[in-house]
Amino acid sequence: MTPGTRTWQGELREALSDLTPGVTLCLLFLIAVFMIGAFAPWIAPYGEGEILTNDSFLPPNSQMWLGSDYLGRDVLSRLIYGVRITLFLALIITFLSFFAGVFLGFLAAAFGGRADSWMSRVNDALLSFPALMLALIVINSLGSSFVVLVFTIAFIDMTRVFRVARALAVNIMVMDYVEAAVVRGEGKGWIIWHEVLPNALTPLAAEFGIRFTYAILFISALSFLGLGVQPPQSDLGVMVKENMQAILWGEYTTLYPAFGIALIAISMNVFVDWLLQRSSAKLPDEI
Amino acid sequence: MRDTSQNDPAGDPLLKVRGLDVSVRDKKGREFKIVDGISFDVQPGEVIALIGESGSGKTTISLGCMGYTRPGCHITAGSVHLGGTNVLEQSLPRLQELRGKEITYVAQSAAASFNGAMTIDAQVTEIPVITGAMSREEALAKAARLYSDLELPDPENIGKRYPHQVSGGQLQRLMAAMAMISDPRLLILDEPTTALDVTTQIEVLHSFKKLIRDNNTAAIYVTHDLSLVAQVADHILVLKDGQMVEYGPTEQIISDPQHDYTKALMAAAHLMPEEIHAPPAATAEDAPLLQVRNVTAGYGPAQEIIALRDIDLTIHAGETVGVIGESGSGKTTLGRLISGLMGAKQGGVYLDGQQLQHTVSQRSRDELRQIQFAFQMADVALNPRQRLNKILSRPMMFYRGLSQREATKEAARLLERVGLPTDFAWRFPPELSGGQRQRVNLARALAAQPRLIICDEITSALDTIVAQQILDLLEDLQDELGLSYMFITHDIATVSKISERIAVMRHGRIVAQGPVDQVLQPPCHEYTQLLLNSVPEMRTDWLDEAVVERRKLVAALDNA
Repeated sequence: MTPGTRTWQGELREALSDLTPGVTLCLLFLIAVFMIGAFAPWIAPYGEGEILTNDSFLPPNSQMWLGSDYLGRDVLSRLIYGVRITLFLALIITFLSFFAGVFLGFLAAAFGGRADSWMSRVNDALLSFPALMLALIVINSLGSSFVVLVFTIAFIDMTRVFRVARALAVNIMVMDYVEAAVVRGEGKGWIIWHEVLPNALTPLAAEFGIRFTYAILFISALSFLGLGVQPPQSDLGVMVKENMQAILWGEYTTLYPAFGIALIAISMNVFVDWLLQRSSAKLPDEI
Repeated sequence: MRDTSQNDPAGDPLLKVRGLDVSVRDKKGREFKIVDGISFDVQPGEVIALIGESGSGKTTISLGCMGYTRPGCHITAGSVHLGGTNVLEQSLPRLQELRGKEITYVAQSAAASFNGAMTIDAQVTEIPVITGAMSREEALAKAARLYSDLELPDPENIGKRYPHQVSGGQLQRLMAAMAMISDPRLLILDEPTTALDVTTQIEVLHSFKKLIRDNNTAAIYVTHDLSLVAQVADHILVLKDGQMVEYGPTEQIISDPQHDYTKALMAAAHLMPEEIHAPPAATAEDAPLLQVRNVTAGYGPAQEIIALRDIDLTIHAGETVGVIGESGSGKTTLGRLISGLMGAKQGGVYLDGQQLQHTVSQRSRDELRQIQFAFQMADVALNPRQRLNKILSRPMMFYRGLSQREATKEAARLLERVGLPTDFAWRFPPELSGGQRQRVNLARALAAQPRLIICDEITSALDTIVAQQILDLLEDLQDELGLSYMFITHDIATVSKISERIAVMRHGRIVAQGPVDQVLQPPCHEYTQLLLNSVPEMRTDWLDEAVVERRKLVAALDNA
């Protein structure tokens, strides 16, 4: 029997003591990336669209630590601003898709029966469209802006979140403690909020991380295809596209943003894996 | 501790366990001893029973005899000799040869141990065939012989079926066949009958006993139920917290237990009470609290799969009505129907003479408050993410309109009332033991200030001593608050101790009901007789008589 009660401070301390070196590294990297995104204007040495030289694809030097891009702008500064936009968009998209997906998924699970069947089949139909194709069609017909981009990707992501949230809630709805609340006479709202949600929180948090990674990759892919973020603003995907010719000149310019995308995605995955593993396979703490 | 087995000079034992220690390491690297210095012997053809509550280390010891520990545990000292070899010193490949061939294991749940996609024969004969010990034909012939030894129906063909096509009791015996096919020298049975219905249990026990005797195998029988052990074991080793409490021949342990703990186990065993007390049953003038009138109900969209037929049941204020039957008899369905979790196709439920609506959502909050439901498994009936304070105060706020502050105060009082410390209010259910959780489960029902609590098998998952404490608590609460209970169980011994009236259910019907002494008094219904006959008696020759009697009764029931 564990003495005392569990508090969030205690949980946090316990979680920190469980961190492995690899996970710590990824977590620190993610924190750093978010800080860079949040404080980009104060960190970046030059402006986002500032043309500093006539030379394209300069190699790294003392003024421009990562060299210049195809228009002679500072790659490091654009990378910092690019991270800011990418993270900003990805966060909004993930929050939106989670809000809608979890709400609808829980609703479907709580009501069950015909409502659940209808919602799930409609969702399946949406899921069956290739995501990138769907996005291309919508954005092509509406024109690309932040609002269109955010809502399109959030909608597509929502279908994925719906499935996970519904499956989680269906499993929890059959537990005896939910039945105990039903037989007490509780309404659906109370059951969802107080009985289901607390038990779905950890897997949902992990899913949030995964969806966030997908959102980054998705935005980057759209930007790379020219349908995402529009110049002069840029995200990481745009930067990969803009500087592709650098390869021909033997410069690495286009690889910096590509590596940025990869590192963020990998770090997030490692962190999420750790989170899930911790929640599913807890060592016995009572003997 | 007395070691009375020393005066048993029967040559060298087959299994010799000496000073076995098993430890587990927690997250911070601290070591805890969970099995401490266990020594015992088993002769060929002999059964030793390891008996104790959950957490006493009985399964850990039996696994240790196979040189295996669960993840996180390791054997820190001692020796396990099987014949001449020390099992603990063998390499993994050699151990793998030992396990499944010379030492075999029958797990508690056969249903979880069989692969549903393969025939039973394929699984029973797998080990000897893949190790090349037997040809496929030999193995199949051997399997059929074992099926017949285990008294399974149609031994030639039962192996061609898939696991879902046989009953739970049959599957448990088929698993024993799987364990016995390579003629092991040591058979380990881990609670092999716990998951079975009481009336099936004795058949399975009987065939296990016969098999062990006929094959001259040594066996370790792990259980928490002392009354079962008396039927199969030659020696008993009583365990508590990983330590030996008492060790000796069965006759001596059950007739003259030395240690207080063994005596407590004896007292709590599932035995019929010496005489059934006939409490002053409610008289006819008393207005009934709850009546179930002529109810038929079922599952499916149009309730076409009938689970309850023509049920009439009355519960008076302050009385306990036991509802008893095997799994599938409809006893839990009846409880769910009364509490409004399912509707009736015909008939109705009446509270104080007023008919209740079928479903929860149609009933008033006050009607709901008066009938509370206590679930069987407290570990899943309590939300693991809610503190006890919230679990207990919610019904008070929901039904009685208390403020959070008032409810918190009363929750603490309630915890005290069910025998738990008040500071438990800030704990989460997973931090509690099984018995403590069941107390919280009851406290939650009490929080509504109900008049009737439907208790669905609330003691079945508990160790015998803890179950007895819960029953005592139920009686105290009844005396104090004038509660009525509907006590649903498969255990006729328990129900006859605490009920004033009982109803016996079979196949969705009530086959007998009335005051407990009348229903259980001979001559009673054949099915009641069968249930009574299945309650073990604490004498070693009971099993053989019970099996003969059982077969007569089953035949009579089938003809009826």
